[in-house]
Amino acid sequence: MSQNNHHDKEEKKMYNKGEVITGLVLFAVIFAFPFWYNMGKAAPVPEPVLTEQAKAAKECIKPKALMKTDHMQILNDWRNSVARDRNRIYVNSSNKEFDMSLSNNCLDCHSNKAEFCDKCHTYASVSPYCWDCHIDKPKEK
Amino acid sequence: MENSRRTFLKIAGISALGLSAKPVLDAFALDIDMLNKKINAAPKNGALTAKRWGMVIDTRKLETEEALKPMIEVCHKIHNVPVHENKRHEIKWIWEEGFKHAFPDLEHEYVNERVEHLPFLVLCNHCKDAPCVRACPTKATFKQADGIVAMDFHRCIGCRFCMAACPYGSRSFNFRDPRPFIAEINKKYPTRMRGVVEKCNFCSERLDEGLQPACVEASNGALVFGDLENPESEVRQLLKTNYTIRRKVALGTGPSVYYIV
Repeated sequence: MSQNNHHDKEEKKMYNKGEVITGLVLFAVIFAFPFWYNMGKAAPVPEPVLTEQAKAAKECIKPKALMKTDHMQILNDWRNSVARDRNRIYVNSSNKEFDMSLSNNCLDCHSNKAEFCDKCHTYASVSPYCWDCHIDKPKEK
Repeated sequence: MENSRRTFLKIAGISALGLSAKPVLDAFALDIDMLNKKINAAPKNGALTAKRWGMVIDTRKLETEEALKPMIEVCHKIHNVPVHENKRHEIKWIWEEGFKHAFPDLEHEYVNERVEHLPFLVLCNHCKDAPCVRACPTKATFKQADGIVAMDFHRCIGCRFCMAACPYGSRSFNFRDPRPFIAEINKKYPTRMRGVVEKCNFCSERLDEGLQPACVEASNGALVFGDLENPESEVRQLLKTNYTIRRKVALGTGPSVYYIV
């Protein structure tokens, strides 16, 4: 009985309180380093830059919003069509025909790969391997 | 009574499961539709078409190595084929070969002197039953509708099974990044990357533009290109009127390149 009572009344004690708490605080600070270090410095979402030629054309093969979200899927379909079936002409919804060629058609209009493609790809941290084979600047002599 | 209640619960449970499975099945069905969906595409206007493309090489018009050079050069130039100093890294789409190597099964010790020393122009034979197509595990090498044995470099994983399978040595592997070894890049045509196999494509990109293959154009009539399945075609007329040989026929690959000797 008396032993029990003694036990209940005993204050709960933390050993090495100072070190442990300092350690925990330090850990939290270091762990969160990337967050507080970059606070308020978020890179703005880049806007792809259009060339004069692209601006003049007004519309791409599909509406702009769709091109933004679906261009990778479109390019994938194009490559399958050209490489497998050799169907090289794409007909869009307004019956306009396009040569399905990344280097010779897409980049003919969007001849500023660094400003048009790379900017967003870098921001989104994607590295498509198109340019390992496809020539990126067909206009450059 | 108790029994029927139990049965009722069982049926109700299974029905609920069935109902919840429906959306999952629908989702899968949708995916499959997406995969099968073809885009609205068409071949180019004026593209040359055939049931099975083939070539006849008239060696009587190509007696010297010098005569073969322009064809090899133009092909390698327009297709961005790199030139490697190291023979083991060599990439070739079309090249010159001696009789005993090109036709080892026809060679013998008393072979005709002219033929023995004749330089033969060799390239991918675009076989009817191509062993490389069978060997390719990813269908990167495949047969197109016009008989061309084509490569889809996007799919090539560089396993080189096709190189082991091809009895003609028509395939080369990019051991190194080819770009630094291309003297002048043709901007209209892609290069390859390190780790893929490449070979002659019968100039399918030119056929789609309505043009003859580059080597044929540069041959001054020594090379004739046409539809092997069309009896009226020039190649068939040549095959009809001349005796021709093909490379390693006994292997059963059905080469589509014929040689008049």
